[in-house]
Amino acid sequence: MNSRGNIKDFLFEKTTSLFALCVLALTLLLFALLVRESLPAIRKIGASFVTNTTWDPVLEEFGALPFLYGTVVSSFLAILIALPLGVGAAIFINEFAPDWLKTPVSFLAELLAAIPSVIYGLWGIFVLLPVLRDYFMKPVSRVLGWIPLFQGPVYGPSMLAAGVLLSIMIVPFILSVSREVLATVPKVQKEAVLSLGGTRWEMIRIVIGQHCIPGIFGATILGLGRALGETMAVTMVIGNRPDIVLSLFQPGYSMAAVIANEFTEATGELYLSALVEIGLVLFFLTIVVHLVAKLILNRMVPEARKGAAR
Amino acid sequence: MISISFRRRATDRIMKTLFLLSVFLVILPLVLIFFDLLWKGAKELKWSLLTDLPRPVGEPGGGIANGIAGTLTLAGLAMAGGIPLAVLSGIYLAEYGKGVLASLVRFAVDLLAGVPSIIMGIFGYVLWVLPMKRFSAWAGASALAMIFIPIVVRTTEEMLKTVPVPVREAALALGIERWKTTLFITVRTASAGIITGILLAMARILGETAPLLFTALGNQFWQTGLDQPIAAVPLQVFSYAISPYDDWHDKAWAGAVVLILMVLVLSIGARVLTRERN
Repeated sequence: MNSRGNIKDFLFEKTTSLFALCVLALTLLLFALLVRESLPAIRKIGASFVTNTTWDPVLEEFGALPFLYGTVVSSFLAILIALPLGVGAAIFINEFAPDWLKTPVSFLAELLAAIPSVIYGLWGIFVLLPVLRDYFMKPVSRVLGWIPLFQGPVYGPSMLAAGVLLSIMIVPFILSVSREVLATVPKVQKEAVLSLGGTRWEMIRIVIGQHCIPGIFGATILGLGRALGETMAVTMVIGNRPDIVLSLFQPGYSMAAVIANEFTEATGELYLSALVEIGLVLFFLTIVVHLVAKLILNRMVPEARKGAAR
Repeated sequence: MISISFRRRATDRIMKTLFLLSVFLVILPLVLIFFDLLWKGAKELKWSLLTDLPRPVGEPGGGIANGIAGTLTLAGLAMAGGIPLAVLSGIYLAEYGKGVLASLVRFAVDLLAGVPSIIMGIFGYVLWVLPMKRFSAWAGASALAMIFIPIVVRTTEEMLKTVPVPVREAALALGIERWKTTLFITVRTASAGIITGILLAMARILGETAPLLFTALGNQFWQTGLDQPIAAVPLQVFSYAISPYDDWHDKAWAGAVVLILMVLVLSIGARVLTRERN
C-alpha cells in the first residue's frame, strides 16, 4: 500500500508541476512572440525608433518618441494627482475614521478599482471632458495661457484629461497599498508619541517619516505601472495626436493608445512590426516598474503582496 | 493636564480636514460615475437591449444580445483553459513549491500580472490571427486567459497557504495518501477562497476591452463559430462611445450599465463568499 501511495503521490506532484511549467512556458512564449514580431522593425529602424519624433505609416517612417512621451507624461500627471489623495485618504481611514466607517469606505474604493476601463473612458468623454474644458481649462487658459504648460487652443481631449482620468483609476491602488503600509507601524510607537503630548497629526508626521516613506514610494511605483499600461480610458480622452508639445492642454498620444487604434489597420509587415515593437517597449517599461514596486513592497510589508497582486 | 498650544491644535485640525477632503475626492468620482450611468443609461435600458441584435444608426431599438453572448463565450473559453492550469499551478506552488522551478514560476506569474492587457491582445493576435488570417473567438479568449491565469495562480497559492499545517498533518497521520490529502482536504478547506479568486478574475476579464480590439474584433451579428470574429459588450460600448451619433451614445451608456452589473454581481458575490467563510 505504501509503495502504491508513493507512485500516486509522485504522479500527482509531477502533474501539478507540469501545469506550473505550462505557466512558465506561456510567459516565455509571450516574450518570444513579441520579440519575433518586432524583429523586422528592430532590424530596419534600429535605435532611431525611440529617438525619432515622426510617425508616418504612409511614408514608412516610424518614430515612437511621441508615444513614449505621452505615456510617461500622462502617467506622471496621474501620480501627481493620485498620490496626495490616495495617501491622505488612507491616513484618514486608518488613523481618524471610526471603525464602522472603515469597511464601507474601503468597499467603495474597491468598487472604484473594479470598474472596467472602457466605462471610465465613456464617462471621461461625456462627463469629465466637458467639465474640465469649460470650468478648468478655459479659465486657466484665459489667465495663464502665456505659460508654456497651458498654451494653445482648448479642445478638451488632452494630456491633462488623460492624466486626470488615469489618476481616478489608480487612486484605489495607492489607497489600499498605503493602508497596508500604515498598518505595519507598531502601535506602541504611535502611542508613545501621543502619550508625550503630541497631536494626531504630529504622531502621523513622525511615524510616516520614520516608517512609511519607502512603502508609500512602492505604492506610487505600483500605481505608475498601472497607469503606464492603461489603454482604453487614455485612448478615449488623450486626443490621439502624435506630437510632442509641452502644453498639457494639447492632445497627445500614448503607446497603448497607438497600438489600440492602429493595429487592425496596419497594412504592411513593417507597420505591424513597428506597432509590436511599441508593445515590446511598453512590456519592458511596465515590467521594470512593476518589479521595482514589488521589490520595495515585499521588503517593507509581506502583507502588501496581496494588495500588489490585484 | 498638558495644554497644547493653539498653533499645534490648529495644524492638527487643518490636516484632519485635508485628509477627510481627500477621502471625499477619492469617493466622488465613483458616485458621479454611478449616477451618470443610471441617468444616461436609463434611456436605452429596455428589455430589447438584452434580446435584440444591434441595428444600424438611425433605426430605433436594437440591443446588445450578441455582445452579451459573446462576452460570456469569451470568458467561458478563457476560464475553461485558465482554471485547471491556474489552480493546479497554484497547488504546485503552495504544496510542493520550494525548488528552482517554483521560484521561476512565481517570478513568471508576478511578471504576467504586471503586463498591460493590450499586450495580451498582441499575444492573441500573433498566436491566432496571423496564422489563421482571421479574427476569432479563440484569439480573444487566449488573450483573456493570459490576464486570468496570473490572478488565479496567486490567489490559489495564497489561499492554500492559509490552511494550517496541522490539518495536513492530521490527515497524513490517519494514513491518507498525500495527493488525497491535498485534493480532498487542503484544497477543499481553501475552496471558498479559491472560488473568490476565480470570481474576481472573471469580473476582471469580463470588462476587458483592449485585448479584444484586434483579436475578437467584434461582430454585428450572432457568432457562427469560434473561428469567427465575435461580439463583446465592452467592444460595443467602446465603438458606440466613439461614434458621432447621439442615439449610439445612449446605447453606449446602456451597454455600460449592463457591463457594470455583470462585473458588480461577480465582485460583490465574491466578497459575500469570503465574508461567510470568516
